[in-house]
Amino acid sequence: MEIGALFTIFVSAALVNNFVLARFLGICPFLGVSKQIETAFGMGMAVTFVMTLSSIITYIIQVTILDNLGLQYLQWIAFILVIASLVQFVELFVKKASPGLYQALGVFLPLITTNCAVLGLAILNIQEEYNLIQTTIHAVGASVGFLIAIVLFAGIRERVALADVPELLKGFPIALITAGLMSIAFLGFTGLV
Amino acid sequence: MGIFKQFKNGLINENPVFVQLLGMCPTLAVTTTVIDGMGMGLATTAVMLGSNVVVSLLRKVIPNKIRIPAYVVVIATFVTLIGMFLHAFSLDLYRSLGLFIPLIIVNCLILGRAESFASKNKPLISFVDGLGMGLGFTWALMVLGAVREILGAGSVFGIQLFGEAFKPAIIMILPPGAFLALGVLVAIFNWIKLRRVKNV
Repeated sequence: MEIGALFTIFVSAALVNNFVLARFLGICPFLGVSKQIETAFGMGMAVTFVMTLSSIITYIIQVTILDNLGLQYLQWIAFILVIASLVQFVELFVKKASPGLYQALGVFLPLITTNCAVLGLAILNIQEEYNLIQTTIHAVGASVGFLIAIVLFAGIRERVALADVPELLKGFPIALITAGLMSIAFLGFTGLV
Repeated sequence: MGIFKQFKNGLINENPVFVQLLGMCPTLAVTTTVIDGMGMGLATTAVMLGSNVVVSLLRKVIPNKIRIPAYVVVIATFVTLIGMFLHAFSLDLYRSLGLFIPLIIVNCLILGRAESFASKNKPLISFVDGLGMGLGFTWALMVLGAVREILGAGSVFGIQLFGEAFKPAIIMILPPGAFLALGVLVAIFNWIKLRRVKNV
């Protein structure tokens, strides 16, 4: 496996096809938990952790169980179950192993089950016919992209909160328009790969 | 609450997109044309009707502690059915919605209605609630799709509206256009609501 090809997958997932701003995956946490940089960073880290782990596990399940037994039509149900139980398991594990980290991530962990970026990534990996290494790189790239987007967005929103915004645009409308402008900036990465 | 009132609730007062801001991922992703928006809206409605009724029927059977995984399995089953149905009868729509068909499973709107409404109410009213919310979602997606299709491609339902001289703003069918158009639409919806409150 060429290092160059892996790097292309990484950059493409993190910047060019940014999961949030270009593919529209994971919009709910992106809009919901981005009022402060600190919480946004916590959410980003929790998502990174779960996305990488769940990509690897769903890939193994797809190859060893679903493909072997010809049960591909159960893919969506199987994957969401894996993700839901993985999130529960991670929550229990982190709680035992590192109470400090649990304090930081605790609130966000249960929310990740319904983060469409996680399920979307798992299905994309299979659709693109990646192997295990490519899947892992793709997952890390996508999570880094999510982390970058949500932290930058939170930074802007902290400033916007202090600005004098017209009554009608307060709250979600201005947040969406901000996200639109960020998305234009990210369009600039097209052609990078 | 009466059946009709419950229906209207989802359609306007508690509109999933413009008021509750739920189900944002498909709302932004598949509204490049009116047709795609409508297809996604109706597929989501169909899933929600099924899941609301089943969750409501099982509301006394499902133990409280594992209710969320149970709801997710019910929803995933219906989404798989709808996915197969679209694949068989409407291949174009299946292709253009693509990844966002399986992602109906994690649409927070559906899980939200299962948890907050269907798990506490009888099947009939849950069905009506699903119908109202689903159609509220559908019309919101169609409006957003129409705005983006008119500005970004100069057409509605694929029919060209303007002459040769019209230069479409491509940005509107690219990702940034989705955020901008939805932001402005939510602001307009707020404005209409504010005016109604003032007039009353």
